[in-house]
Amino acid sequence: MSVLIFVELSDGAIKKSCLEAIFYGSKTAKQLKTSAIAIVLGEMGQSELTSLGNFGADKVVNVADGRLNQENIIAYSNVLGQVIEKEEAKVIIFAKSSLGDAVAARLGGKFNASIVANAVELPDTSAGFKVKRSIYTGKAFAFTELTSAIKIILIKKNAVVIEESSSNATVEQFSASLTDQDFAVKHIQSHKSTGGISLPEADLVVSAGRGMKGPENWGMVEDLANALGAATACSKPVSDLDWRPHHEHVGQTGIKVSPNLYIACGISGAIQHLAGVNSSKVIVVINKDPEAPFFKAADYGIVGDVFDILPRLTKAVLADK
Amino acid sequence: MKILVCVTNVPDTTSKISFTDGDTQFNKAGVTYISGPYDDYALSRAVELRDQLGGTVTVLNVGDVDSEPMIRKCLAIGADDAIRVDAPPTDSYFVAAEIAAIAKQENYDLILMGRESIDFNSGVVHGIVGELLGIPSLSPVMKLELDGDIAKLSREIEGGKEDLEAKLPLVLGCQEPIAEWKIPNMRGIMTARTKPLKVVSASSISTTNVSKYELPAAKGACRMIDAADAETLITLLKTEAKVI
Ligand SMILES: Cc1cc2nc3c(=O)[nH]c(=O)nc-3n(C[C@H](O)[C@H](O)[C@H](O)COP(=O)(O)OP(=O)(O)OC[C@H]3O[C@@H](n4cnc5c(N)ncnc54)[C@H](O)[C@@H]3O)c2cc1C
Ligand SMILES: Nc1ncnc2c1ncn2[C@@H]1O[C@H](COP(=O)(O)O)[C@@H](O)[C@H]1O
Repeated sequence: MSVLIFVELSDGAIKKSCLEAIFYGSKTAKQLKTSAIAIVLGEMGQSELTSLGNFGADKVVNVADGRLNQENIIAYSNVLGQVIEKEEAKVIIFAKSSLGDAVAARLGGKFNASIVANAVELPDTSAGFKVKRSIYTGKAFAFTELTSAIKIILIKKNAVVIEESSSNATVEQFSASLTDQDFAVKHIQSHKSTGGISLPEADLVVSAGRGMKGPENWGMVEDLANALGAATACSKPVSDLDWRPHHEHVGQTGIKVSPNLYIACGISGAIQHLAGVNSSKVIVVINKDPEAPFFKAADYGIVGDVFDILPRLTKAVLADK
Repeated sequence: MKILVCVTNVPDTTSKISFTDGDTQFNKAGVTYISGPYDDYALSRAVELRDQLGGTVTVLNVGDVDSEPMIRKCLAIGADDAIRVDAPPTDSYFVAAEIAAIAKQENYDLILMGRESIDFNSGVVHGIVGELLGIPSLSPVMKLELDGDIAKLSREIEGGKEDLEAKLPLVLGCQEPIAEWKIPNMRGIMTARTKPLKVVSASSISTTNVSKYELPAAKGACRMIDAADAETLITLLKTEAKVI
């Protein structure tokens, strides 16, 4: 048996959330007295593959097939299925993401596997196999027992704190059998904003709402984000109004984030907004209305005008460097 | 065009969540139930496509009898008929197996779902169903146009979106802005009362069970910083919270 971890790439680089998944998988493997195998689909440099040992992978399986460089839900799940069989994997770990969800789900169908999403802690394997997961968009947790032979876990960001070691993983190539069926969904083109920090992956997030008055004022949000090395996010009305792109919208109906720091500027803190950000470690709220509900969910608050406060914070961050 | 839309019956987004019986049961008292916000988009797009191309829209829910008002609302929005699998939706694989069993009896061209349910937020039921039926599943889909039996769609990826083309049948997890959000009108509400709602029993079993629920620890008090000293925030984030 083994524990298998799916490693997702973004623009050819390994995603940080997947390093967390590898560490989570290696800890789980230790509990089960077995080995942790990371799987990387598509072409990737040897040294990067070997370095996954630093995060706990005992072995890395790579399928260096150029056709897999482009993300593909169907092909990825079929290849993973072949590796799961070969390695007799019993626990499969994914970092939660739109690709991870979609691939994990198909594997669930293939192997009659229990799936739990949004795991926030390592599994409890003392008796059976239990996972604590976040439910109701962060409003509660459920201790869920998985009873199928193969178990699939999608972990939420910050489910574990990585402890890096220095060890090299052995790297093995796997040649997967792929058919035309795997490429039946045709990729036409991708539209991606280049540069910037990926929001779901970010440790620091600067987010802004309707209090910014208009898209022309986002410069000061970006300035603070750049100074901190943070990603930018927004409330739903802001993306509905097209002030910002849809993929920046956080909340109940948007991206769920759990960064170390979430700074909310001119956002009232509606319950649907909080649902997407309430598992952030530290929340800072800047709002001119002292009664804004967001202050109740905050760790630090400033009652003030964003147009005055934001540039001053940026200056303070830069002065401190 | 035969379209199946799978909908969840979930607590309203403003609901306060609590548990009873030593934190082992969800407390339904005072909770208003709605169809999942993402499921609403799936249904709205299904109705738009049916109106454009002809065909039928069937709504499917795996849930107990408490789901029926929500199912009637979906019929009022424009679905033609509905099926309820009479079982509590305890587990993603279980729900998906039930949906797949229904889908196998009919040849649906499209099975539309929400990107995720807002109770368990798993985002996996569509993918499991796709695999069980041996057809492609894609999520989260933000745009869906049909050109004969070819679907042209765009899917959200990290930091943007990708355009895809695939042949029907397909299973799709939907999210805005795939359709105009619809609310029922008076005529819809009247006709919904007599539209067929078939109740069937479940055939598979759950592979997970919840032993206990827990609420998050309460937040400590918010530390207020005077606007005149806003800059101290940066120092506090560094030295006290240690996050930057
Ligand atoms: C089913 C459903 C799902 C939803 N999903 C989401 C979701 O996923 N994400 C989401 O965000 N919302 C969601 N909403 C909407 C949500 O209810 C709120 O309407 C929304 O979050 C409000 O956005 P906002 O805080 O930017 O705007 P507002 O509520 O208008 O708040 C603006 C805030 O800015 C402050 N302000 C104004 N000027 C200044 C200034 N100069 N300086 C400082 N502060 C200032 C004001 O005091 C106010 O608190 C959903 C709603 C529903 C019904
Ligand atoms: N009990 C259910 N009955 C019908 N459809 C469901 C049910 N649970 C989930 N779905 C569908 O699957 C989607 C994804 O749900 P989930 O995987 O639970 O996040 C939902 O948006 C629904 O469209």
